[in-house]
Amino acid sequence: MADQKARLLIVDDNKVNRLLLARSVEMLGYQATLAENGKVAMGLLRDHTFDLMLLDIEMPEMDGFEVLEAIKLEPALRDLPVLVTSSVEGIENIVRCIGLGADDYLSKPVNKVLLQARLSSSLEKKRLRDEQKSLLKRFATSEVVQDLQEQGFALGGRRVHASVLFCDIRGFTSLSESQPPEETIELLNMYYTLMFEAIEAHGGIVSLMIGDGLMVLFGAPQPLADPARSAVMAAQDMLAIMREFNLDRVVIGKPEIKIGIGIATGEVVAGYAGTQQRATYTCIGDKVNLAARLEAHTKTAQRAVLIDDATNLALIGAIQTQSIGDVLLKGFAEPVPVYSVSADPHSLD
Amino acid sequence: MNDTPLDPAVMAEFRETMGDDFAAELVDTFLSEAPTLLDDLRAALETDDVDRFRRAAHSIKSNANVFGAPMLAEQARSLELGGMDGPNDALTSHVQALDDEFARVAAALRTLLNG
Repeated sequence: MADQKARLLIVDDNKVNRLLLARSVEMLGYQATLAENGKVAMGLLRDHTFDLMLLDIEMPEMDGFEVLEAIKLEPALRDLPVLVTSSVEGIENIVRCIGLGADDYLSKPVNKVLLQARLSSSLEKKRLRDEQKSLLKRFATSEVVQDLQEQGFALGGRRVHASVLFCDIRGFTSLSESQPPEETIELLNMYYTLMFEAIEAHGGIVSLMIGDGLMVLFGAPQPLADPARSAVMAAQDMLAIMREFNLDRVVIGKPEIKIGIGIATGEVVAGYAGTQQRATYTCIGDKVNLAARLEAHTKTAQRAVLIDDATNLALIGAIQTQSIGDVLLKGFAEPVPVYSVSADPHSLD
Repeated sequence: MNDTPLDPAVMAEFRETMGDDFAAELVDTFLSEAPTLLDDLRAALETDDVDRFRRAAHSIKSNANVFGAPMLAEQARSLELGGMDGPNDALTSHVQALDDEFARVAAALRTLLNG
């Protein structure tokens, strides 16, 4: 059994059945909360966390079938294991429960040995699922986890309107050569932690981490109201955080860390790329190349943030920018208009 | 009619697994809840409420099985599955028969727990 008492929600309109089930699961070492119909149960499920639900079918207000349908529609409740306990007759009702997502069906009065077996097996399955979920969160952002849970995994992309942001540390190679590798890793971890914070605060997801380089998407997999603005605001936060970070570094006699950021906006193809065994959420398209080239150009242009025409258009009236003229970027046949965003949002006038 | 409203083996096993105190508590709950369910059946007949009728009969059946009252369970079951089809006075007399059987079960349960 679990180290901590598993929390069970017992839903039954009949008081005798409710008390009997509560007593049975308490004797098995579980904790029971009671609800007298589906409506009450849904309220409890939304406000509290449960590990499993024992659900009656025939109930006033909201019956068991309706509860099964309702929890399927709520992402937070979808994975809750449900054991139906009922004396409703007819195999078609049992089939309907299983079809609606119930883990199992136990007919009443519930046999205690069978109940114990079903409970421990369902709770164990849930524990493994929770473990997988937390593992998944470590290797993917919560947006990707949500997308995977809602859409499932499928290789292939779809067209979305998004902003792509590239960021890297200026002179990282020479920096890493001048200090022990342990120190470089420590620096990178600190840098990632700070950058992720700024990125996530504006709804971005990191799709690639290569050395000191980051590729970030705004507007995929979950749509954003204004991806360009979110991306630029994240960039400004990233720079502000680095300024703070550098203050500390100067104090301890370390060189400042400078970053360059490039942002491009438009239609990209986003989705899972890779193989069935190993894949990553990413996006492709000429906006991705453009953002990467803009980021590379920040060094030449001596600017912290460079953006493309489409990003600039989306910022009008919100964030001030400055044209640095048309630039012929590597990989592009024609020169493209490039704009610079001030590193400090408060010094734009 | 069967002379023994209770299957003694069911209650014996129930007390064995759940404990005497809890068994007594649950029987008390049943004895105070069941009359409400019987009232529900009668009220459902008057108001033509098919769902309420079915649910009340279903509940009685379910509880009768918990305490090992096979006759009560069977009568409740036939009301649950038969629904409110059929002439009203026939249904009324079925509900009355169920009420009578409940009285026998209640008396037997009281004797069993106090004896």
